[in-house]
Amino acid sequence: MTYTATEMMTIAAARALRNEDICFVGIGLPSAACNLARLTHAPRLTLVYESGTIETKPHVLPLSIGDGELCDTALTTVPVPEMFQYWLQGGRITVGFLGGAQVDRYGNLNSTVVGDYARPKVRLPGSGGASEIATACQRIYIVMPHGIRAFVDKLDFLTSLGHGPTGRERREVGIKTDGPTLIVTDLCTMRPDPETKEFAVVTLHPGVTAERVRENTGWPVRFHESVDVTPVPEPHELSVLRDLLQRTAQAHGVN
Amino acid sequence: MAEFLALSDAISRFVKRGDCVALEGFTHLIPFAAGHEIIRQGLTDLTLIRMTPDLVYDQMIGVGCARKLVFSWGGNPGVGSLHRLRDAVEHGWPRPLEIDEHGHSAMAHAYAAGAAGMPCAIFRGYLGSDLPRVNSRIQSVVCPFTGEILAAVPALRPDVTIIHAQKADRHGNVLVSGIIGVQKEAVLAAARAIVTVEEVVDDLETAGTNAVVLPAWTVHAVAVAPGGARPSYAHGYYQRDNVFYTEWDSIARDRDRFRDWIDTEVIRGRRDAAEATRT
Repeated sequence: MTYTATEMMTIAAARALRNEDICFVGIGLPSAACNLARLTHAPRLTLVYESGTIETKPHVLPLSIGDGELCDTALTTVPVPEMFQYWLQGGRITVGFLGGAQVDRYGNLNSTVVGDYARPKVRLPGSGGASEIATACQRIYIVMPHGIRAFVDKLDFLTSLGHGPTGRERREVGIKTDGPTLIVTDLCTMRPDPETKEFAVVTLHPGVTAERVRENTGWPVRFHESVDVTPVPEPHELSVLRDLLQRTAQAHGVN
Repeated sequence: MAEFLALSDAISRFVKRGDCVALEGFTHLIPFAAGHEIIRQGLTDLTLIRMTPDLVYDQMIGVGCARKLVFSWGGNPGVGSLHRLRDAVEHGWPRPLEIDEHGHSAMAHAYAAGAAGMPCAIFRGYLGSDLPRVNSRIQSVVCPFTGEILAAVPALRPDVTIIHAQKADRHGNVLVSGIIGVQKEAVLAAARAIVTVEEVVDDLETAGTNAVVLPAWTVHAVAVAPGGARPSYAHGYYQRDNVFYTEWDSIARDRDRFRDWIDTEVIRGRRDAAEATRT
């Protein structure tokens, strides 16, 4: 079966999730990946959306973080302050998915501004829940398409802490959670070095060269000693994902 | 005690120029009809508070209602930018907009602190983030028991909070259900509260259910506004108009097209038909 780079990215992200995970889900790629995991290898995966919906099992992907579908299919829906106080800050979440306009080699993220904060070239949406998701969840998975403007040597603004600007700050502040342990892009997957916390490529998606990853990364990107090829998407994974996206588009009347 | 008023009367009585106003609703139950009435009444110099400014604040900012915005995520969910908000921040159009920017956790805690009558909210947040460097209202305190450094932000205390809810009973008690967001906290944190509702019923039928009910004595005005959350949604009444949220991207990208839309849909009021049939 042929597939797109975005499908590969979504499937690779979904595979990282386990039945026992309790996952704080963002809109877009993370939501697609989390629901794909739930509909394939991890049917008991628990999904939590910041609008307060806990153990939600949407039939179609929500366009917003608070679509009625999420509440209709949730075990329970709690107020937003409670979501951030008891469930996120309380340490109940094992995996948080994050993305942003920019990521650096230590998994720090910018979703606030491109350019100077006071006179931004591009005013981005901002933190939302990300600045606390980044430190309160046990692990962070980052899903972002690769590109030279997104994978940058230096962030314009640090919205959400990864391992810190030099890879050491997270530990120095005394944060107990693991921080970013995985980056999934449309070209490869990356894991941090256990000591330096710098992300290195561990698998290249089928047909992607190391050179192409270098060209699309704004720092001299490292490769793990033995780089594997990401397992090709299974027909089952592709058909479940495509069905999900198709019924989503129909439900939203967008296509 | 809640008074039943027409929406236009509720806004003119309880919202003043220069007020600090929160229109809340986390994706769900966004009080669009009330926001449009504020635009029609030409209120300006407002400080607008909202976790997710959404289309309603994009519209209010685009017509120049706001002097300042307190927020934590300023995008069009699942679609992209809020172009009017961006134009105000990036180019000062139609007027410069001061921003007081936070994360969701901070704002949720700050509403809860406001409702609790506390001066500030304390939580574990902003660790390693640049946000405290650009916003002096984000500070820290040391826990007197453990020594842990915690984030502190001022409590949110709006002059007026406006929310939309499914129903009120004839005494003005209000029921909110579905994704309930920060509405209860935002109402209890405010000096004055206005609630628009889909309908008025004899009995909320909530006895013994732990439903989110705001007693009439926490609300100043109740205004009947069927469809008052569109294009957001009211659980049990109508769905979110995701097509409109997608279309808004191209409407709001262009200043002239935006002004035409406001003029046609809000000022001349094809939208908010509810207002025409007010009780």
